Formats: sequence, structure tokens, C-alpha cells
Amino acid sequence: MSSARVVITGLGAISPLGLTVGEMWEGLCTGSCGIDTIKAFDPVGFDCKLAGEVGEFKVQNHVPKTFRKSVKLMSRDIKLAVMATEEALQHGNVITKGIDAENVNVDPTRVAINFGAGAISCDLEELAPAVAASVSEGEFDVRKWGRDGIELVTPLWLLKYLPNMLACHVSIIHDIQGPSNSITCAEASAHLAISEAIQIIARSDSDVALAGGAEAKVNPIVMIRQCLINRPTNQNNDEPHKACRPFDTDAKGSVFGEGAGIVVLEKLERAQERGARIYAEVAGLGQSNNVNTKYESLEADGRGVQIAIEKAMEDAEITPDQLDLIIPHGTGIAADDLAEARGIEAALKDVAAKIPVWPTKSMLSNTGAAAGALDLIAAVCAMKEGKIPVAKNCDKKAQGCNLNIVQQPHQGRIRYALCSSYSYGGQTAAVVLKNFDGEKI
Amino acid sequence: MIDKGAPERVVITGMGMVCPMGHDVETVWQNILAGKNGVAKTSIFDASTFPTTFSAEVKDYDMRKYIKRPELHEHGNRGSTFVIGAAVQACRQASIDVETDEPADGIDRSRLGIYLGAGEGSVDNDAFFRAIAKAWQPEKNAMDWGRWAQVAFGQMDPMRELEQEPCMPAAHIALLTGARGPTRSCLTACAASTQAAGEAAMIIRRADADIIISGGAHSMIHPLGIMGFNRLTALSTRNESPETASRPFTASRDGFVIGEGGVVLILESLSSAKKRGTGILAEVIGYGSSSDAFRVTDMHEQGRGAIQAIEAALKDAGISYKDVDYINTHGTSTAENDAIETKALKAVFKEKAKSILASSTKSMMGHLIGATGAAELITCVLAIRDNIAPPTINLNDPDPELDLDYVPNKPRKCKIDVALNESFGFGGQNNVVIVKRYRE
Repeated sequence: MSSARVVITGLGAISPLGLTVGEMWEGLCTGSCGIDTIKAFDPVGFDCKLAGEVGEFKVQNHVPKTFRKSVKLMSRDIKLAVMATEEALQHGNVITKGIDAENVNVDPTRVAINFGAGAISCDLEELAPAVAASVSEGEFDVRKWGRDGIELVTPLWLLKYLPNMLACHVSIIHDIQGPSNSITCAEASAHLAISEAIQIIARSDSDVALAGGAEAKVNPIVMIRQCLINRPTNQNNDEPHKACRPFDTDAKGSVFGEGAGIVVLEKLERAQERGARIYAEVAGLGQSNNVNTKYESLEADGRGVQIAIEKAMEDAEITPDQLDLIIPHGTGIAADDLAEARGIEAALKDVAAKIPVWPTKSMLSNTGAAAGALDLIAAVCAMKEGKIPVAKNCDKKAQGCNLNIVQQPHQGRIRYALCSSYSYGGQTAAVVLKNFDGEKI
Repeated sequence: MIDKGAPERVVITGMGMVCPMGHDVETVWQNILAGKNGVAKTSIFDASTFPTTFSAEVKDYDMRKYIKRPELHEHGNRGSTFVIGAAVQACRQASIDVETDEPADGIDRSRLGIYLGAGEGSVDNDAFFRAIAKAWQPEKNAMDWGRWAQVAFGQMDPMRELEQEPCMPAAHIALLTGARGPTRSCLTACAASTQAAGEAAMIIRRADADIIISGGAHSMIHPLGIMGFNRLTALSTRNESPETASRPFTASRDGFVIGEGGVVLILESLSSAKKRGTGILAEVIGYGSSSDAFRVTDMHEQGRGAIQAIEAALKDAGISYKDVDYINTHGTSTAENDAIETKALKAVFKEKAKSILASSTKSMMGHLIGATGAAELITCVLAIRDNIAPPTINLNDPDPELDLDYVPNKPRKCKIDVALNESFGFGGQNNVVIVKRYRE
């Protein structure tokens, strides 16, 4: 099989730092923080009252008029995916039916879609009247639920919460008829989805792919599941900007949030033929697994992270000294951060202590299935600008972490960047990006 | 990305299943050939007042029979526990060691991956519904979140809640096998595990892994799942006769019958299988995926996406529609699917459409949702092995509009070298995998 070169030609991001890629990058450069007290619901009763929430937006204004009715069927995860997709397509000058039906410039059967998605959690308030109608003598009664309760639930309820509905809505709006997949590997989803899309392009099953991830985690049932396994911080509720502290000695846990990141992928030759602006080349992919009896944590030696990174480096055919940036998963959960640092160090050996490491979750929060895509987009921006901003909230590096966490803004060309992620079910992924600047075409 | 050279051929070297028709492949297959049926009154919870009171459950299954250290998996959701049993069977057949820190099977763990089409876990009904009921304030039309959190924190079990994540079945398989290769889990509704097997084959073809444990795991037989499908009016409500409710391609079909299960196929590069000297059950020769891009609620009327996926798989396999001997249809027994699927098959298979054998094993097994495609892919492999097409049972009143050979009611002996498995999911997900009798 010939090894095709696949490049990124469009970016879209909606995040706690803003509704566009530009706003996100600006926020990252100025050390802004998208984390604040939860507004989506009253977090009384939760030890962590913080989240990274996306500012106000109206998805109705971002879909063709004929689709405005279908907005009713969109859970928040879907809305976020729709928003980021629109930006990515426009940014990449990929004109679909949903962008401009008169001037479509792609064959809809040759466009693939591959999104990372979370286990979309239902709106409890939407179910509540039906549940309340199913109570006998103060307790939920499944017989009443089956007879009376379910009649009160909106008929299309299930379709709002299937993880593949993000890709489904986007494919309908933009008339995307090629291969479609939805990867559900929690926080590793976006990197895995992007990796799979790259292979689809490389093997010529599509000409263009839309790939990334989206998730809305600011929902009581999602938050409580994270709290039950002790992942969120229970500190700094009064100082939200200081709450998420990846690799810092005072790290007490993660802060969850919402967002979507989508990239446009295509083969290098195609991008060049149509004169597209090329943001970066995807040079290497690697994936592995934790093998861990503590399902919710990373194994202490970070072996799964290490193997994914080693494979991505091997695939990119580069050595560690060629890396000028690492965006790790860095959640702010002390034990996981330390394990990840060990995995990175084991993969990159002595050079690991020199490469600038820039965790973003202190600013973007942990956006679940979107996280890897937002990080990848941040890495592309850093490459284009030749700039690495400061890693917020890592004031004093945690003991045992030998990584070079970025304390001062860096300027200079980034040749290769590495993004890494893992899920709390064990899947790990790494992606190596190559700078496209200066390459003779 | 590195050039890996000539594409690897992909073969199947192990299979395992825990489904409504039995807890191992041979039992399930014999039950299918006997035209038996796994559908009955729902017993997992009291469904007697629901519009649909029956389902195809996995009954009397005990994960502990399959593994030495069940305590590591005891919190698993139904899908996780089923797929553990299936994985142990499949790994045994493929000579992959499980539950050991020192495998002696000669397999490089960093080249052993996992790819499941897996669903979310079943919610802990007692805690989930109780917390909502206690916190709802009808007078304010709002939740008292403080009250909700108090009840929920008091009732919910951390590991059972973690099992809501669709990636958890894969996590169990990782622990069971020590797999360190590429691992993914996808959830494209009813097409998920066909997609998982197809994409896993692509990973091996590119030599990014030698072996992938692929398949599916899912159970939606719970008060929220049945509610969701009943509200969509997707389920059969033939409550008076559950065993005849899954009746694909009949005039009287009225919806699908929900099932559950865990299914595993071991996909391996031919070179690895030869090197290890392990038995080869069939070859995976083609995969196609497409998206309807039509409506959230309905399939494309002309089966556009289905046609594209089937044609993509044929092209990928480098064969003509004339080369296909058997089709395991999606055949859900819904009015819409069976009609549109038939239309799509006619469009692709042209003059051969009416003579090709195309059956629905969902008539017996029910619809295992995320796990269904993998279960049906196994029946394709067995159809090739035994040269016998499994039947569509309950096909006593054929829909006059649907006039293909659905292998009504009795299995049929015939030469089968190439079998095609198709799965179509809500949201317009179409996935097709083609398997072939292995020859050098």
C-alpha cells in the first residue's frame, strides 16, 4: 500500500474560551481560563461546583433555514458538533450543500465523517415529569412507568441521545454520504476518530474527511459519575481559574467541560491541486491500551501511553529530538498526570525533559470526547504561529514529574508536535503533526 | 506516515458468542439450523405494562464459568459480562492466552488490538429513577438539584456508573488478554459491530496490528431502552405470540424484537495466522461504509446509502455482485427496513437478486443492537463452513412486495463460498462486510 500523505486543511472549534478557533487561540495565548462556577444547573450538593462552559450561541443561525426545525432534536453535544463543523468547512473552503447549495465543490459520496462522541446523557428535567407520574407510595414503580410514564416522554427521545447522532445531523445538514463512524472511547475518542479518518483518506475510501470530537459534560448525571470515581477537584471552588492544575504539586483533580473540535483532512496532492491552505501534515499515529485492574485510572507506569507514543513516533519516522511541542492529556488528576509523565518519559527517553510540554486543560477544562481535537487544533495554531503559550496553573511542578512544562512563552519554529490522550476505560492514542511551513511544494 | 508495503490479507481465526440462542457458537448455530427461537416474555425487569412485553434475553448466563478471576469483572454491565465469555471462547479457538501476566502464545501484545461495537451500560434503575422522583418539584416544574445530588450520591455505585461508558467492554477485554495494540470502540447504533469488524480488518490490512479482538457487546433491555424504542414505535407489539414476533419480510411484520449479547471474532493477518499455525475459519475480503445523509428518523427511500455501502464492499473485495452466494440481511422485521433493504438488494444484485439466498437470522435471535452485526457475521462464516444458508423463520405470510429468496423457514444446503453481511443503523449508518472461504 502506498503511504499517502494526509494534511489538515480546515479547523473548527467551539470551547469554553470562545465560539471559534480564533477565540480559543487568543484565549490560550493570553492565559485566559474558561472554567467558572457551573451555570447549567445548580451544583449545590457537588464537591466540585466548577466547569468549562461554552458561551451563548444559537445553532439555528448556523444551519440552513430548512433545518431549523431539526434543532429541536439536537442534544447539546450535537449542537456543539454542528457549530464546529460549520467553521471547519468554511475555514477549509470545503463547500457542501449545507454551506452553499449552489456552489458545492466536493462529491458528497467521497466525504467521510468520523466523530468522537461521549455517552450522551439525557436531560433529567426532560424525563422528570414522566418519572414523577410513575411513583407509587413514594417510590418509582416500573409498572406505572411502562403504562403511564413513557407516554409523557417525547416520541423521538431516544434519537437525541444516540452517540452517532452527532455525525448523523452533520451528515444530513452537509449531505455527507461517505463512510461514517462514531468513536466512543471517552477522552481518547477524538484522537482515535481523527486517526481512523486519516486511514480512510490514506486508503482512498474518501477524498475529504471531517473528523474530531464533541461532548457536553456539564450535566448533573455526567458530573456525578465523575465525582463517584473521584476525578473532579474538590478545591478552589472560590477560585475557578486556579482549579485545574495539570502536573502541578497542588493538583487536586480535573474540571469537566464542553466543546467540539473538528478538522478537515485530505490527501496532500488533493489539497495542493485545489490550492487549499495547508495547516499541518499528520505524520504519525499510534494507539494502545492500559491494562489495569483500576479501570478508572491510568496504570502507574503509563505503559499504555508509552506504547502509543512510541508507535506514533515510529509511524512518523522521527526521533524524539525532532519534537518541539507536546500537548499531553494532563487532566489535573495528580496520579494520572504522574503516570502520563512516566509514559512520556519512557517513550522519549532523555530528550523528554527538554521538549516543551503544554497542557491545556487548566484553561479549556476537560471536554471529554472533544478534548483531543481541541488539543490538536491548539497544536496546529502553535505551529502556524511559531509560538507556545504558558502552561497555566503549573506553578510548581509535581514531585516525580521531569517534563519541561512551559513556564515562559516560547517563540520559534515547531518542526513536529505530539498530542497524546487516554480514556478512563484504558484506550490510549498519540498523533504526531508535522509543520508544513517552508516545505517546497 | 510510514509505508508498510503490500496490504496484508485478513482472516478469522476465532469466534465466540453469548446470545439469546446460546452461550457458545456451536449451540447457537445448531439452534439456528433447527429454526429455534430465543424470544420470550421479558424477565430482566417487569415489562408487563409496556407496549412491548417480550424480548430476546440471554438467559442463565454465568460469566464465572469462563474466567478464573471474576472479581476483576464483577461490576461489568450486561454487555461487558457477555463479551467476556465470548472473548474467552474466541481466544481459546485462536490460541490466544487469557488471564495471565506471562502469555506463552508467542503473540506480541503491542500488536494485539481490540475493536468493539459496544453500547452503553444499563442504568442502575433503582438509583436513577429514585433520585429523579425524589427531586422533582412539579409546582416549580424544575428539579431540586441539591436533593437530587443527595439521593444520587447516597444510592449510586461508582463502578456501576462507570460501566455506563461504551468503552468499558473493551477495557474488560484489555484486562483479560493483556492487549496493547490499537484499541477502539464505536457506537453507530445497529451497525456498530459490523463497522468494528470492518475497520479492524482495515487496521490489520495496513499492518498496524497482527491480531484484533473485534465484535460487539450491548444490552438495551431495560426500562429506558424499551421506552425509547417503544416511543419510536420500532418494536413489535405482538405480545400474544413473542416467538413469532420477529417475522422479517412478512406482510404482517410490525417491528423488531430487541435482543442482547456479546460476540467476538478474532481477526488476524494471514501471515501471523500462518506463522502461529492457527486454524483459519474464513477470510475477510471486503468492507464498505456509508451514510444516508437523509433523515434522522428514516432510511433513504431508495436505499441510497445501503446501495453505496454494499457496492463499496464489493469493490473493496475486488469481486462482482455475481460472486456473492449468501447474504445475511439486516432484516429487522420493521416495515421500513425490510422494504428498503429489498429494494437496495435488487438495485445491486440486478438479475441475480431473486436467486441469491438472503435470510434474516434476527427472526430467531432478535436484534442484538450494537452486537448484532458481529453475531450475523459469525453466521456468515458458519454458512460458508457448512455450505448451508440459515433460514428466516416465521415467514408464513410473505409480503407480496418483497419477492427475494429469504430462505423461508428451513435452512438450505447449497455451495456457499462468499457471504455478505449488512447492517443499517438509526441515523443512516450503513456497514457491509464480505467474508470468503479461505484458500491459499
